Amino acid sequence: MLDFIVASLADGLLLGFVYGIAAMGLSLIWGVMDVINLSHGPIMALGMFGIYFAFTHLGLNPYVTLPLVAGGGLLLGVLIYTVAVHRIINAPHLSSLLATFSVNMIIIGLGTAAFTTSPRNVDFSLGSVSLGPITLPWTRVAAALAATLVTGLLYLFLYRTRTGKSIRAVTNNRAAAELMGIPSSRVLALAFGLGTMLAAIAGGLIATFFPFTILAGGTYQLRSFVICVLGGLGNPLGALIGGLLLGALEGIIPAFMETSWVPALEFVLFVIILLVKPSGLLGSKT
Amino acid sequence: MISKKWALTLGLLMAAALVVAACAPAPTPPPAESAVKTLVIGFTASQTGKYNVSSTRQVNGLSQWMKEVNAAGGIKLGDGTVVKFDSVSYDDESSKDRVQELYTRLATEDSADLLISPYSSGLTAASAVIAEQNGKLMITTGAASDAAYKQGYTLVFQAYTPASRYLTGAVDLLAHLDTSVKKVAFVYESTVFATSVVEAAKVYAEEQGYDIVLFEGYDAETTDFGPFINKILESDAEAILGGGHFQDGSTFARQIHEKDVAVKFFTLLVAPPEPDFAELGDAALGVIGPSQWEPLAAFTPESAKEAGLEWFGPLGDDFVKGYVAAYDEEPSYHSIGGYAAGLILQKAIIDADATDPEAIKAAMDKMDVLTCYGHVKFETGAEAHGLQIGHDMVYVQWQKDDAGNLVKQVVWPLEGATADALYPLP
Repeated sequence: MLDFIVASLADGLLLGFVYGIAAMGLSLIWGVMDVINLSHGPIMALGMFGIYFAFTHLGLNPYVTLPLVAGGGLLLGVLIYTVAVHRIINAPHLSSLLATFSVNMIIIGLGTAAFTTSPRNVDFSLGSVSLGPITLPWTRVAAALAATLVTGLLYLFLYRTRTGKSIRAVTNNRAAAELMGIPSSRVLALAFGLGTMLAAIAGGLIATFFPFTILAGGTYQLRSFVICVLGGLGNPLGALIGGLLLGALEGIIPAFMETSWVPALEFVLFVIILLVKPSGLLGSKT
Repeated sequence: MISKKWALTLGLLMAAALVVAACAPAPTPPPAESAVKTLVIGFTASQTGKYNVSSTRQVNGLSQWMKEVNAAGGIKLGDGTVVKFDSVSYDDESSKDRVQELYTRLATEDSADLLISPYSSGLTAASAVIAEQNGKLMITTGAASDAAYKQGYTLVFQAYTPASRYLTGAVDLLAHLDTSVKKVAFVYESTVFATSVVEAAKVYAEEQGYDIVLFEGYDAETTDFGPFINKILESDAEAILGGGHFQDGSTFARQIHEKDVAVKFFTLLVAPPEPDFAELGDAALGVIGPSQWEPLAAFTPESAKEAGLEWFGPLGDDFVKGYVAAYDEEPSYHSIGGYAAGLILQKAIIDADATDPEAIKAAMDKMDVLTCYGHVKFETGAEAHGLQIGHDMVYVQWQKDDAGNLVKQVVWPLEGATADALYPLP
């Protein structure tokens, strides 16, 4: 039993890193501009397709393509912010929910027309490594390492660069930041772009080990909500920890009951945390 | 002046001509052109969604049959009517909701004369209700669940070997390969089809003395089989049986390989017989799958004679050649499933010598025929009317040929085997 739990926990934690950076994007956008981005899932799916087409049609290594996918995600986010979010940034939450949901539907509609909803598979393998009872595919290890690297870079950016500090300033008090000469509109667009960039990266990493369709992002978007609540809405580092926590739960729960119980228990946990500590286990905004 | 003698001769000749003319049959009018009746076959295809691969091949098979029968001049009935076929179809998006909506449309607005099921047991169950409610005869293909034929339907006929007999041969094969194996894990898609297959196979395996160490279903959308693989490892299972459809099956096989799971025997539903399964590379090696049909299967007029059955339709080789020419790929059993649905309809219309549904239904009830797809015969009792009782499965395994290329081999039953099974799993 112990071997089983250790192996499951290792699997879950590796996945948790990827879930974590997906949720980090959602959390960053919420933290900076109080917008729940409902187009997060489809953008993850676009990240998956980016890796798929580069690998299948151009023969490019997925990890070489990942920076390009990240760049595409960043630009797409800036575009979405400019077109759909900027004008309603100060409107009630329902407006931004509807705006991002519309973007969600547009991406899914266009994606379905262009790619169909047929499953795709990036036939890429790096083999696996065995450590006692644990056998880990290298693609998952690489995804966890990439997720850790991206998290580190994001933190360096937010805490060590002028632009990053501007984002944090706008997060803390947009009006005060504007009075200090920070161009909040540009900062908000960049923050939105960073959030979608993280979604695209997470999607790209997931594509290296799981099959997907244009609709696949929906599942990960739902998980991202649970993770954000676990880790604290608006707290990107909390999102990563929340991702690891969720991954660990997904690994351990099947040790004691049927695997089909996992989503049910995840969402029970989601509701309980919302009721008991609505700001999330790891507190509020940075 | 004409002599009397000449006048008499002329008169006699004229009289004879009149008599002959009077006795000759009345001149017949030019033959009228045979009446052509076009029967519309309605169906949905999963052009999108998770059943896309299998459904597309099923529709390709059906289209090939229709093309061939129309090109051959259609079916000529005793009253001179020539029956030809046309089709109307929609994309069901691999969704039950869409299937119900679209089959209602096919049966009512499009006035389809005959229906062919969509691919998969779940979608077929949804469409069969509509066919029965609207009094439309339906051939189901790509759908093996037994359940749909236990609802009291009278117009729904199954082309596939039913799910209850899908994996029992794999249990027999395992017993043949290694009598020391006792621990079997069933990990399967929680769908109508896969659940009915494994429940029947589990009962059969237990009867054969196997210890079922894991019996667990997974959601149809599952992409991470890690938790199941860890459970398989924990259970010390020596053999895995299960799967569901192509996408989940190929993902499951890939992850079993990546995790280097040391099982001896691995059989999955649906995915292994598909040509695309070979794209998994080494992860496909040794994986076994039940198949409704394989190009290697040798059903011929001679084997029909030996079995005391009537032969109908083209030879398997001719079907394969036609399919490869049309679609530039080897047909899978889903392909011939579509083709066989057409053949069954064709045979029933010929036997009925009519196009009204009642006569076709009566002909289907009496059908007992061997085709390039295999034996076709339907249950006629009220408890499971329309259930396929003639057709049997073959089991294929991916092996490597001398050049190191992955090739499918029939490994069970022994009388149809083209190679010894690769055992244990590499």
